Amino acid sequence: MSQDIQILIGGEAGQGLVTIGQLLAKALVRSGREIFTSQSYHSRIRGGHNTFALRVGPAPLAASRDNIDILVALNAETVELHQAQLTQRALIIADANTAPNTAGAIPVPFAQLGPEKLWNTAALALLGQILGLPTEPLQQAVDEMFGHKQAEVLAENRKVMKKSREWAGQHVPEHPFTLADRSTGAAKRLLLTGNQAIALGALAGGLKFCAFYPMTPATSIVIELISHADTMGCIVEQAEDEIAAINMAIGASYAGAPAMVATSGGGFALMVEGVSLAAMTETPVLVVVGQRPGPATGMPTCTEQADLEFVLHAGHGEFPRAILAPGSIEECWSLTARALGLTEHTQSPVFLLTDQFLADSSRPVTPFDGDTVTPVRAGSDPQKVVPPYRRYYLTPDGLSPRLLPGLSEHLVVADSDEHNEEGHLSEDYGLRKAMVEKRLGKLELLKRQALAPTLNGARGAELLLVCWGSSLGPVRETAEILRGQGQEVATLHFSQVWPLVPEQFLDILQAAGQVVCIEGNATGQFARLIRRETGFAIDRRINRYDGLPFTAGYLLEHLEKSAAA
Amino acid sequence: MTTIEDYGKYETAWCPGCGNFGILNALKQALVNCDLPPHRVLLVSGIGQAAKAPHYLRANVFNGLHGRSLPAAIGARLANPELTVIAESGDGCLYGEGGNHFLAALRRNLDLTILAHDNRVYGLTKGQASPTSQQGMVTKTQPHGAFPPPFNPLAVAVTMGASFVARGYAGKLEQLSELISKAIKHRGTALVDILQPCVSFNKINTFQWYQEHCYELPPEHDPTDRDQALRVALEFGENLPLGIIYQTQRPLFEEQFTPLKHGPLARQEVSRPKLEEIMQQYR
Ligand SMILES: Cc1ncc(C[n+]2csc(CCOP(=O)(O)OP(=O)(O)O)c2C)c(N)n1
Ligand code: SF4
Repeated sequence: MSQDIQILIGGEAGQGLVTIGQLLAKALVRSGREIFTSQSYHSRIRGGHNTFALRVGPAPLAASRDNIDILVALNAETVELHQAQLTQRALIIADANTAPNTAGAIPVPFAQLGPEKLWNTAALALLGQILGLPTEPLQQAVDEMFGHKQAEVLAENRKVMKKSREWAGQHVPEHPFTLADRSTGAAKRLLLTGNQAIALGALAGGLKFCAFYPMTPATSIVIELISHADTMGCIVEQAEDEIAAINMAIGASYAGAPAMVATSGGGFALMVEGVSLAAMTETPVLVVVGQRPGPATGMPTCTEQADLEFVLHAGHGEFPRAILAPGSIEECWSLTARALGLTEHTQSPVFLLTDQFLADSSRPVTPFDGDTVTPVRAGSDPQKVVPPYRRYYLTPDGLSPRLLPGLSEHLVVADSDEHNEEGHLSEDYGLRKAMVEKRLGKLELLKRQALAPTLNGARGAELLLVCWGSSLGPVRETAEILRGQGQEVATLHFSQVWPLVPEQFLDILQAAGQVVCIEGNATGQFARLIRRETGFAIDRRINRYDGLPFTAGYLLEHLEKSAAA
Repeated sequence: MTTIEDYGKYETAWCPGCGNFGILNALKQALVNCDLPPHRVLLVSGIGQAAKAPHYLRANVFNGLHGRSLPAAIGARLANPELTVIAESGDGCLYGEGGNHFLAALRRNLDLTILAHDNRVYGLTKGQASPTSQQGMVTKTQPHGAFPPPFNPLAVAVTMGASFVARGYAGKLEQLSELISKAIKHRGTALVDILQPCVSFNKINTFQWYQEHCYELPPEHDPTDRDQALRVALEFGENLPLGIIYQTQRPLFEEQFTPLKHGPLARQEVSRPKLEEIMQQYR
């Protein structure tokens, strides 16, 4: 059926399985291959069962497959745990001491190939041989990784690589896994995870300040930002808690630095009062929420899409907001930059809703075109202000001139209490009404700039798969498979989940034969939101909430089940 | 030259006779002493009677959430190191709701001034006990008297290695404005805990009471001696010393951030070539 190959590297945390996966990924991307990687790990630093999945094939990929063609088992447990997922043709690479006595198992005498600390390199070489990938790109990736170390380390690695390759040449049986010819020669492509793309998008979009308190799966965004902060003129500060983080970001934004915070549901819960503060003071702030299963600490290293309603309603009082939810690595970049611009432009909090699945997945992407982004600049031009300056001047569109304190002689007064146009607190009922209307008026601005959902396939198709955020990849793949079987299938993906503009999509829903909403939560939050906003009831739903991401395999099975029901 | 008129005059919502008036006047005088024009000054506050103070003078103001003045002040200071940032709030705000931020701010040591209007009670919410309330203080919400001994902000600050720790009194204007001026000029986080009578809700720590229990630190007191400073800070019962209790030099937090060498972040452009270079690292 599929010409792609699913590889799973499994073992304990600390055994270096991610290194094998990442080096292989790099070598494959550089040699023009299409790949998709994802990770599954547990909340511990050593031990436990972790996996790195790498799928490689001739056409672009946006999800993992459930079954496995090549299993690299760094311990015996890995074989036990994944036995059921092996395809008929699967190979198992395992140490001679732990390899199972089954067809497809390749017992590798790792001890003969090199010292234990270099078994990673050996495993990588074996994978290269199996896939028919030349040694050179693999060796280059390894060299780069150890490039800063002494020459002996490099030489030792080269030796192990060569020896392992030779061993594999003699002992790996005939198998059907050699890679097809390279699909693209695009050597310039970048290999990025969702979180790396978010960090790059933020920097391109003009981010100058980020405060955070570590929480999986958002921390890696911040780590990426920190590594480029000095170069890009950005300040990243680890706050004492999430409450401090968002208040710092708001303070920084007030004073002129385009700002964001990054967290997960539990941390966001603490930030909620800050969301209201941003809304009331009309201070731009970008809030990135990387979802993982809740409630409370939930499953820290797993994925879910269950915080939509929380983010939609977070904060007390009434005020508008925008929520963007990237569906791909490319969108992680472009929507983050867009969200930064939007928050400044509307002087309102804006949310980027992502999740562990997207955060830790990687894929080759063409380098982003800087021409498509104008970095945001905070504040308006003080020269254009007719004195007296009033921060909350009541204008028809609700946008008052946002000056920055200290950069002109105008005084900038911002207040979390209800305030008058100058920014001073006020208990005047008439003014209160005017200020509420001013803030709510920004919803129109947000709606005018709302991203329409993307329809892929024909309007009026027999089956329409609706999804949002990170489910895009697996849903598209499912649609392609069904189309291959002769079904008329379309997908409708929302990368902006709020505000919704029914004119952009209601007719698409109405024209479709059957509409199925696919989302990573138990209660169908988005389906409900659509109903609330449009009156359109999506009656078929596929929800996943076991902590794992959607795959085409899962969706095909459940589509069949729900059709039969 | 900045004059007191530059800082304006406003109607306030405070009770007549409240200690807040003295603090406000001392602050204005200090800003004039430091010759700071209003647009260079940013006052950040939380919520409470004290936290309203920034509304009663002309300056840049960020009046945020209860307990959260310090993180907001830190964010603003990091975004624009040209601003003179003063965080101003009550004892409930700074030491109660914002206790974690208080500790973290002292450890960071940004160039920032913290003015605690310490009336040893929650004023705005009508008289509940605050972290600094005297033990046994009876209130509507502490009918059996406040149980825990009071939080000692100065001893905590000295222990945390805060670089400027002082106590002032709202009834001694001249000394207070002097202390605030020194705090503003100090390079590092400066805490001035200001004893503030609340004429409506604190019937224990009245003007009369402070008159009897405060004393000026003698000239022999060496604020650079940490052990001595801690001993003085621990005098927190019948006798309350006024003046600079501890002062030291520590590296400034903001100095570790290279982008700040180029001034306010708002004035810095995004470099396309640098971004392109960064992207190449992901090939
Ligand atoms: C999150 C939150 N909790 C509670 C309050 C209610 N509240 C307002 S001011 C205040 C206490 C004020 O005491 P203090 O900080 O000592 O200032 P004072 O009014 O005495 O000057 C409280 C509890 C609030 N505004 N926000
Ligand atoms: S309640 Fe107390 S602190 Fe508040 S204004 Fe009145 S006297 Fe001052």
